Amino acid sequence: MSARYDVEAVRRDFPILTRQVGAYPLTYLDSGNTSQKPQQVVDAIADHYLNHNANVARAMHVLGAEATAAFEGARTAVADFIGASRHEEVVFTKNASEALNLAAHTLTARLGPGDEILVSVMEHHSNIVPWQLACQRTGATLRWFDVTDEGRLDLEGAARDGLVNDHTKVVSIAWVSNVLGTVNPIAQVAAMAHAVGAVMVVDGSQGVPQLPTSVSDLGCDMLAFTGHKICGPTGIGVLWGSYDLLESLPPFLGGGEMIEVVRMTGSTYAPPPYRFEAGTPPIAQAVGLHAAIRYVSALGMDRIAAHEHELTAYALAEMGGVRGLTILGPTEAVDRGGAISFTLDGVHPHDVMQMLDSRGIAIRGGHHCARPLHDRLGVQSSCRASLYLYTTQAEIDRLVEGLDYTSAFFGGRLATAGGTR
Amino acid sequence: MSVEQLYQEIILDHYRVKRNAGLRDPYEVEVHHVNPSCGDELTLRLAVADGAVTDVSYDAQGCSISQASTSVMTELVIGGSPQKALELYDGFQKMIQGQGKVSLDEETFGDAVAFEGVAQFPARVKCAMLGWSAVRDALLRVQASAKEES
Repeated sequence: MSARYDVEAVRRDFPILTRQVGAYPLTYLDSGNTSQKPQQVVDAIADHYLNHNANVARAMHVLGAEATAAFEGARTAVADFIGASRHEEVVFTKNASEALNLAAHTLTARLGPGDEILVSVMEHHSNIVPWQLACQRTGATLRWFDVTDEGRLDLEGAARDGLVNDHTKVVSIAWVSNVLGTVNPIAQVAAMAHAVGAVMVVDGSQGVPQLPTSVSDLGCDMLAFTGHKICGPTGIGVLWGSYDLLESLPPFLGGGEMIEVVRMTGSTYAPPPYRFEAGTPPIAQAVGLHAAIRYVSALGMDRIAAHEHELTAYALAEMGGVRGLTILGPTEAVDRGGAISFTLDGVHPHDVMQMLDSRGIAIRGGHHCARPLHDRLGVQSSCRASLYLYTTQAEIDRLVEGLDYTSAFFGGRLATAGGTR
Repeated sequence: MSVEQLYQEIILDHYRVKRNAGLRDPYEVEVHHVNPSCGDELTLRLAVADGAVTDVSYDAQGCSISQASTSVMTELVIGGSPQKALELYDGFQKMIQGQGKVSLDEETFGDAVAFEGVAQFPARVKCAMLGWSAVRDALLRVQASAKEES
């Protein structure tokens, strides 16, 4: 496999990337929010609905068998993609949030007062709120890692404060921050968690789409991620858990498919993964996710990671030259993913977003579902440009040009001659 | 419509130099409004005496549209009757949700006419309404407590 792929050839697989927004070509820099979909994924979903559609597991006809084979084939593909040892370790959910809620609900079933759950201040709301709810239900206490001023997980502070201790039952942190781009040292934190007998959960929403994934290298017990950020459709997420752990957990949602025997006096439950998949699952979405995994695997996750790394370094350098622009999080492309959050002096993120949108440049403005992190960094909200496997250097150049214009426009410097930098 | 038309000079002027900004005493009611989608926040105080709005003071974090709209709103509301302020709210809201088909009377609405362009950007309507919604809430609370007393 050569060191890089042809980005222009890749872009031809994504019809949406050729569209215009007003007079401008689309510059899509919001892939951390959701990625665009290649033709191959859309075709696979269409083929499923047009030629193989039926319910899974319970339909005993030919179409039912085809749909079941497709659904279970997707499960095996996901297992292989993340280096799971058994396909039964892959639970399909509707998104990463549901996967994390499943984890929070089942892992904390036996917790009580005195027990501690540990997250970090850089988490997405979906890796904070389910644990807060679990604490309310059980009386357990929520604690959190701080971040350093550079936006890295504050492990020194954690050691000083005894954050990981004999009371810690669950540790749940993001592999890659959706705001800062920080890649967290998951294996190290997992070792700390395991040393005190705690379960290690990882929010892989931003990590799995960007980096080669091996659950054994991560050293975690559970990994949550979503399909739509990895070129797959919306409506499907994954919770991977080691089989022994999953087998020890109670059900999450009740309904069809998750049972063994149902009597009016009580029911027994199916083994994993079906115990956690009540009702008709996202079948076509699983087919789409399978196609997405095939797509990114053919490109090579290592080459995707290398592409993003190179572009992130370029973007960090170029954006650093925009007047009044401050990057949140690591300013060097070391242990850093392709989400770049920033503020522009005197210009609210909504206004930055609007100005860029008028030039066809799509970024995100707000708190990116990470309000505690923004509070910690002392900013009300920020802008975020996020890259993916199809992003080009030319798109970064358009972003920087748009930011220069925005800075000058709101700074009242447009009328003055002599450039805007 | 271009984004430059959205950001009228009047809006940028109010954004850079906010009128009546800061929280002041005395006041009858204090309200806190947020825009959850972008995290914008506004604390607003309303003072009413002898049938007139004597002061609207505020502390806000937000975009140029919400900040400027709040600034313009205070200029329009202060000095008039609470009833007039509610009428201004109704007129402004009708315009901002009118998708560009409703225009404002410049005589009555002054600098607020600059926000007619915002009506063409549905995502920003909430921004323009933040200060107006807060002042309406405060006015209604003052009216409600006046009724309780009488």
